[in-house]
Amino acid sequence: MSDEQMSDEPATTKGPSRRAFLRNGALAGAGLVAGGTAARAATPDPLITEVQDWASAFGDPVDAAPYGTPIRFESHVVRRNVEWLTESPVSSINFTPIHALEGTITPQGCAFERHHSGAIELSKADYRLMINGLVDQPLVFTFEDLLRFPRATTTAFLECAANGGMEWGGAQLEGCQFTQGMIHNMEYIGVPLKVLLAEAGVKPEGKWIYAEGADASSNGRSIPMEKAMDDVMVAFFANGEALRKEHGYPVRLVVPGWEGNMWVKWLRRIGVYDAAVESREETSKYTDLMPDGRARKWTWVMDAKSVITTPSPQAPIRHGKGPLVISGLAWSGNGKVTKVDVSLDGGRNWQEARITGEARSKALTRFHLDIDWDGSELFLQSRATDETGYVQPTKNALRDIRGLNNVYHNNGIQTWWVKADGEVENVEIA
Amino acid sequence: MSKSRNLLIGSALALSTLAGPAMADKLGLGRPALPEEISAWDVAVLPDGTGLRPGSGNVETGEEVFAEKCAACHGEFAEGLDSWPVLAGGEGSLTDRRPVKTIGSYWPHLSTVYDYIHRSMPFGAAQTVSVDETYAIVAFLLYSNGLVEDDFTLSNENFTEVVLPNADGFYPDDRPESEYPQFRAEACMANCAEGAPKVTKRAVELNVTPTDPDGKPAGTLPDIVAEAAAASAEAAATETPAEATPEAEPEPAAGAAPADQAAAPTAGPDQELVAAGEKVFKKCAACHKVGESAKNGTGPMLNNVVGHPAGKVEGFKYSKPLLAMAEEGLVWDEAALHHLLENPKAFIKGTKMSFAGLKKEEDRAAVIAYLSTFAQ
Repeated sequence: MSDEQMSDEPATTKGPSRRAFLRNGALAGAGLVAGGTAARAATPDPLITEVQDWASAFGDPVDAAPYGTPIRFESHVVRRNVEWLTESPVSSINFTPIHALEGTITPQGCAFERHHSGAIELSKADYRLMINGLVDQPLVFTFEDLLRFPRATTTAFLECAANGGMEWGGAQLEGCQFTQGMIHNMEYIGVPLKVLLAEAGVKPEGKWIYAEGADASSNGRSIPMEKAMDDVMVAFFANGEALRKEHGYPVRLVVPGWEGNMWVKWLRRIGVYDAAVESREETSKYTDLMPDGRARKWTWVMDAKSVITTPSPQAPIRHGKGPLVISGLAWSGNGKVTKVDVSLDGGRNWQEARITGEARSKALTRFHLDIDWDGSELFLQSRATDETGYVQPTKNALRDIRGLNNVYHNNGIQTWWVKADGEVENVEIA
Repeated sequence: MSKSRNLLIGSALALSTLAGPAMADKLGLGRPALPEEISAWDVAVLPDGTGLRPGSGNVETGEEVFAEKCAACHGEFAEGLDSWPVLAGGEGSLTDRRPVKTIGSYWPHLSTVYDYIHRSMPFGAAQTVSVDETYAIVAFLLYSNGLVEDDFTLSNENFTEVVLPNADGFYPDDRPESEYPQFRAEACMANCAEGAPKVTKRAVELNVTPTDPDGKPAGTLPDIVAEAAAASAEAAATETPAEATPEAEPEPAAGAAPADQAAAPTAGPDQELVAAGEKVFKKCAACHKVGESAKNGTGPMLNNVVGHPAGKVEGFKYSKPLLAMAEEGLVWDEAALHHLLENPKAFIKGTKMSFAGLKKEEDRAAVIAYLSTFAQ
């Protein structure tokens, strides 16, 4: 260590100081790669011993970004699509980077999108919500009207019914962003739908509602009155801010625990009927073809499911053996997650993971398991149990019942093959 | 607000389970919906015929309307082009490994066909099919599926008489009975299977995952440890130059160019325009292909189009109006492309191109610049 490096010189000496850091960084880096045991620095770390630019000069002023986006070092944390899945990007889907997120709340900016005719731009001023059909008084609300109703809050996961659908035939995509990433979890503020329905007065023969969007697809879905009067919400805030355009600005339906397709965006009409409309989205699509050629319909509930988000194919282990944090998500459309088990040996033996934070009904739940990895290969699996006692099944257990022509509602157990070098693959095992 | 609205619907409010204040009474918010408004927005049609508007259409008319408004994606015979939905055929395929789910083979209700076409089709120009045209298209689709003769006329009068072949093919969710009992068994915690796990399927072998430039699955977390080491080694090797290259640094100094900016193309504005055009072209790419292996799809492939005569792509079946304009000497110069792209239906009356148009001039210029790069 030279005197120059030890000096008190302020950070105006950008060049030399940076080069010195890089030179020494090589050693520190090599030490970390070998990892495993507590690293002992051979030489003092210049990041500590030298005054860095950021510790001396100014950073950004306030207002550099009046509405900020993540720092550029996080530029890989974005929604991604799989182009071959659909013919057109306006009727398509992308995936939440769940491998790069922690906790349970999904930022709106990287929460997956599914549009049937593209994300439309609808202003609050142009917004109207109609309630009609079997009601005492058909009504039209403006956005301002909605803001005057007493508000409620709910935190809920939204999972596309097709999440994992590409994996029905076998392991297909590398990474939980693609295999389990059609999901997000937000805290919503809005008006309970039952309050709006009461304002119009539902007639006794009104057994179903039909929710419709203002976009070209309209994406109408029928919901039985019992659910509509239970926990469905007409929401206009998510995670503390207005809904983003791609999530239905200014108003969307929140249907906790039920498949994402029913969470109609750009909500423009609630029709009350005596029967289900049997729209295209609940007959041709979002129905489940069974081995006998008949199909289940109205499979609204998303059953209990979990996935390990790190390590996973997009989040390999880089630090070598020793302490390893296994982190994942669990959820159930039937209530709270009560237990998550993790297996390191492909389901031969299981241990209970910690639930970190609060397990909320019909919301994402974070689990962790801290292990001392010996550096040998692992077959990682997670298995959620919910408050009804439902235990997340294996993919094969689902296939035994539903055959191979199901597309939706794949909540089977995911297997990640962790190699000795820390790389991770999506596999199925026997 | 009318007084009747102030009647409390007790059953609705009694079911309160959401966290939120209890409502004692109606608030009198909103206003009555007018009949004209309800008629404009409530166009849903139910299996029992609720919502059908008076009107009719026959197979022959339907074939014409379908060819004009639907065939660009669904094919002249409703067979589905590329991966666009197949609407006809597929009978008896529902137990096959690759079932073909069409109106004839899968859809349970004719009302769904009417409802969806009238409300949400054509793709990109929803709510432009009239009531009579909708009846006609539905009649044609019944004919395409072999369910009616070619002289059939569908109307609100006979609509509910038509029963689709798979009407009884659906049953409500039975998971609570057929699956939940099995999946509510006590979970095994130890020695749940014999022997070591054997890999039976590997996603990597299919090779269909989007990748980053380094070949890893797209979005793989950066290896910050290795990056730091590599950058350090590089910097140590090039000790003499006063400044290390900014993009090789793990933590660039304040004021250095951001890595993403440095990596961006540095050529002139044309390159930027082409890059912008590539993005805008995503709106076109559903129907038009460009590049080395481009083939005709829903629309003609667009290599070598800018500056060339219209209607000349080999093997593409153009609409008659376009062929007539081509005959009159239409050339796809920039001006003509601007006109077409701004409003295809106005530029070529009766075009098969079902695209609303690019309203922004800069978008059109960008797409044209992008297309001009596909010249031989």
